[in-house]
Amino acid sequence: MWRYLTPAIVCLLLGLGLSWVLLRIGSGDLDVREIQSPLLGKPAPEFILPSLTEASTSVDSRHFKGSPYLINVWGSWCAACREEHAMLLKISALQRLPLIGLDWKDDPAIAVAYLNEWGNPYQQVASDAEGRVAINWGVYGAPETFLVSGQGVVLFKFVGPLTEAVWHDKFMPLIEREVH
Amino acid sequence: MRAMRRLAGVICLASMIGAAGAIDGTAAFSDATQQARYEALTHELRCLVCQNQSVADSNADLAADLRRQVREMMAAGQTDQQIKSFMTERYGDFVLYEPPLTARTWLLWGAPVLLLLLCLGGAWRVIRTRSRAPMEESADERLASSPGPAHGDRS
Repeated sequence: MWRYLTPAIVCLLLGLGLSWVLLRIGSGDLDVREIQSPLLGKPAPEFILPSLTEASTSVDSRHFKGSPYLINVWGSWCAACREEHAMLLKISALQRLPLIGLDWKDDPAIAVAYLNEWGNPYQQVASDAEGRVAINWGVYGAPETFLVSGQGVVLFKFVGPLTEAVWHDKFMPLIEREVH
Repeated sequence: MRAMRRLAGVICLASMIGAAGAIDGTAAFSDATQQARYEALTHELRCLVCQNQSVADSNADLAADLRRQVREMMAAGQTDQQIKSFMTERYGDFVLYEPPLTARTWLLWGAPVLLLLLCLGGAWRVIRTRSRAPMEESADERLASSPGPAHGDRS
């Protein structure tokens, strides 16, 4: 009896396990390409970069400390960034917390034209043309959005275009907790 | 004719060797041992944009930046271990093709051993039951085949 049942049960469990994982991938709960950032819970990497929008001034990350802020990694070359742009403008209009742009591996002239055309959601935009700051932040694609606490600790990282749902389900609960 | 073919073969091989080391156009280091170290390191690092390629093989912008990072750290006299820690502190263990043995990765490393033990255990059980009861087994087979057609019936 068990001689026949054991393999059947093993196969059934294996099948159930695999279909559970596949269903989670299919529903978007599980992204196998996403890489958990080792930066979470650690101090945000500091940087001083030239400002994209204000000539001969620099963006210094130490000035952001004291209250939570968002860092959004983007580039005028990045199609998915264009996709989330309306959401960024919306977040900026909420005025809940500063939104800092990190223009990654971009031609500054084209990036400025991009912001002029589609609107500038950022309080400040740092120009990381060489991509060195992005490496320190563990960036591997654009867009990526980081939430940093007032103490300067990385609380959350989101990979991919921001949507209304992501903002409400993932960012807002963390921001509410930080503010209170 | 034969000499021509041999020459063509040599050219093909030489160009392949060249291409393997020169995705950036020129060698990173003039010193051969340094260059070998650089190649080994960049082959151990995963390109995170195109996750099935190493940093050494990828044309992606990020891979080029990470190669630059490795070159600069090597030129500054950093050890392989320091360079790998720099990468894992930023990108996690995933950036290494050979993840370190930690509490999170023991199952990954142990799975082949576990599977082997499982198979050996299964095989041992089958061999033991078969060799202990050869009579029962043949009796079973005779019973199972007896209601079927007799041997001569097929023709």
